[in-house]
Amino acid sequence: MKRELWIAAALLAAVAGSGGFIAAYATGGDRLAEGISLAVAAAGLCAAGLGWAFWILPVQQVIDEIETYPSDAADRRAEGSAAAAGTREITRPRALLALLCTAIGAFAVALVVPIRSLGPRPDGELFKTRWRRGSRVVREDGSPVHVADLDVDSAVTIFPEGALGDAQSQAMLIRLPAALGGSVQGYIAYSKVCTHAGCPVALYRAQAKQLLCPCHQSVFNVVADGAVVSGPADHALPRLPLEVAADGILQATGDFPEPVGPGFWERGATR
Amino acid sequence: MTLVERLLLWFDDRLGTAHFVRHALRKAFPDHWSFMLGEINLYAFIVLVATGTFLALFFAPDRAYESTIALSFKVNGGLLIRQVHHWTALIFVAGIAVHMGRVFFTGAFRKPREINWVLGVLLFWIAMLAGFTGYSLPDDLLSGTGMRIFVSVALAIPVIGTWLTFFLLGGNYPSEQLLPRLFVAHIYLLPAAIAALIGLHLAIVWRQKHAQFPGPGRTERNVVGSPLFPNYAAKSLALMLAVTSVVFALGALVQINPIWLYGPYEAWNVVSPAQPDWYIGWLEGALRMGPPFAIHPFGHTIPSPFWPAVALPALLFILLLVWPWIDAALRRDRGAHQLLDNPREVPWRTGLGVAVFLFALGLTLAGSDDVQARYVHLPVTSITFFYRIFCVVAPIAGFALAFALARELRAKGGVQQAPRIRLRRNARGGFDEEPLP
Repeated sequence: MKRELWIAAALLAAVAGSGGFIAAYATGGDRLAEGISLAVAAAGLCAAGLGWAFWILPVQQVIDEIETYPSDAADRRAEGSAAAAGTREITRPRALLALLCTAIGAFAVALVVPIRSLGPRPDGELFKTRWRRGSRVVREDGSPVHVADLDVDSAVTIFPEGALGDAQSQAMLIRLPAALGGSVQGYIAYSKVCTHAGCPVALYRAQAKQLLCPCHQSVFNVVADGAVVSGPADHALPRLPLEVAADGILQATGDFPEPVGPGFWERGATR
Repeated sequence: MTLVERLLLWFDDRLGTAHFVRHALRKAFPDHWSFMLGEINLYAFIVLVATGTFLALFFAPDRAYESTIALSFKVNGGLLIRQVHHWTALIFVAGIAVHMGRVFFTGAFRKPREINWVLGVLLFWIAMLAGFTGYSLPDDLLSGTGMRIFVSVALAIPVIGTWLTFFLLGGNYPSEQLLPRLFVAHIYLLPAAIAALIGLHLAIVWRQKHAQFPGPGRTERNVVGSPLFPNYAAKSLALMLAVTSVVFALGALVQINPIWLYGPYEAWNVVSPAQPDWYIGWLEGALRMGPPFAIHPFGHTIPSPFWPAVALPALLFILLLVWPWIDAALRRDRGAHQLLDNPREVPWRTGLGVAVFLFALGLTLAGSDDVQARYVHLPVTSITFFYRIFCVVAPIAGFALAFALARELRAKGGVQQAPRIRLRRNARGGFDEEPLP
């Protein structure tokens, strides 16, 4: 009797949970109230089910014999000979058979060919970016970078003017102390696409003069032409050639000298 | 005659179902708890389809981030369902892994169950892919970064990598086609594949009948257990409701994937620390630990992500797929088995399972080396170095330990329990021992 009471309590909790959910939904849908009430409803039903399984239903055991496999010897033999006979009958006209295979093959090829539409040929796009000779250097907000703009040891994300937000073209512009050189007046820029797995190389460690990729911790040396210091990257960050235009705005003298980002089959052996 | 009986006869008049249903209702289901691990995944999948359908009604792949935010905050129950969906996905993959462990350690994959092992391995990988495509759909900064890494890994595949990537994305990354195609994969292709494989998996279980642990009355040609109806059905439905209850409680109480904190994906931004969902952690760790090693055969490039993120998973996948045949060859045993192994009975297999687990654990932990570095105040390179050592030493040590332990237990015939006795006070004030059965 006590067991039935427990099960009844569980079922009442389930009813309360369902009712609670409806109320929570109707009164604007508080996430906590909705979720907890549904969880209570399911838990109550679960507990009742367990009560039924262990307290109410009689314990019973059944034994199933395994007799469906393997089939008996006669069936196994007959299956093989039926298949062989059918195959013989199909393949009797030898001359036609080759043609049949050709026709089926051609049909299969015809059905597969349209996957060509899935995407373009992976040609130039992996090898070039939107940087051109004379591309003005702009920040995320589109404002051009003047040679006097950056403090020494600071860094900013840049794009070529006209290709704001372009994933391939993103670069990190860093102003080094004058003694360390850089491309022009202490400025130096590297592709921001990590050469390991393509994450943005977003962290500039000013003291160590290193760029760090936060995804897999590849570290690149800013004053050694972007060489890998540590981490899983296998080649240096490409460096963007820079100059200062007559009006003091930084601009590129051309595209990166090599493909940006992670390696790929057609990339070839570089550095 | 009850309504149910009349209904059954109605069907039997038309389909001749009485013979099948009669035996189906009394089908024997072994009572060991570990046999219910697989069912957790079945029920998790049902919850995933139900909650996922709800989400798909509000999600728009061309406005992925905004529509995810809107369905989270503007739809009654939206955030709850989204969080339940995400939690259930984590449990789904975890359940498959644990179920696979049970099947592995008890030798349930042996003949005649090799087909179901292969289907299970496929389900495991497709489930991971379904999870990855799912958490990538909101196009937030965290998942977008993961997608960028995935594309870089695809690019690392020799010969066909660039073609494959351009075909998958419809162009170079980031492409306009990416999210619509992810959407189709996540809500149609992958769930359809999972549903088909689950159906086949269960049909084969039904046809072959369950394996069972050895015991009195259990032979290589029978199955002993409780009848499907009513006993096992009651337990199994209770399990379904338990799964439902847990995921709704988690969805209500524990925040998951708060994309409004990450912001929308922009190719030049990144969050740190960035960790994927748990089942992708091993790949993330492998990428972090991988050697900076590219090779250039015939003027082409095989870049460093190839080794940890293409070669290693491919090797693991193939090994898992053909494991039943490797195991049979190592045991020099081509026979069918209905009775399961206790893990102690095959020490080298148990050792190998422990080794693979520790290897995967090492990879997964290495996937959060940056977070750990902050806690222990060490450079992240030291943590990475530690896990490189761990992934070599721990599997070997784990194998040796499990092997030795299993052999010891096998020699003793299992964990020795003290004999059960009853103490009875006697007339002299002392105690008499009576053995209990």
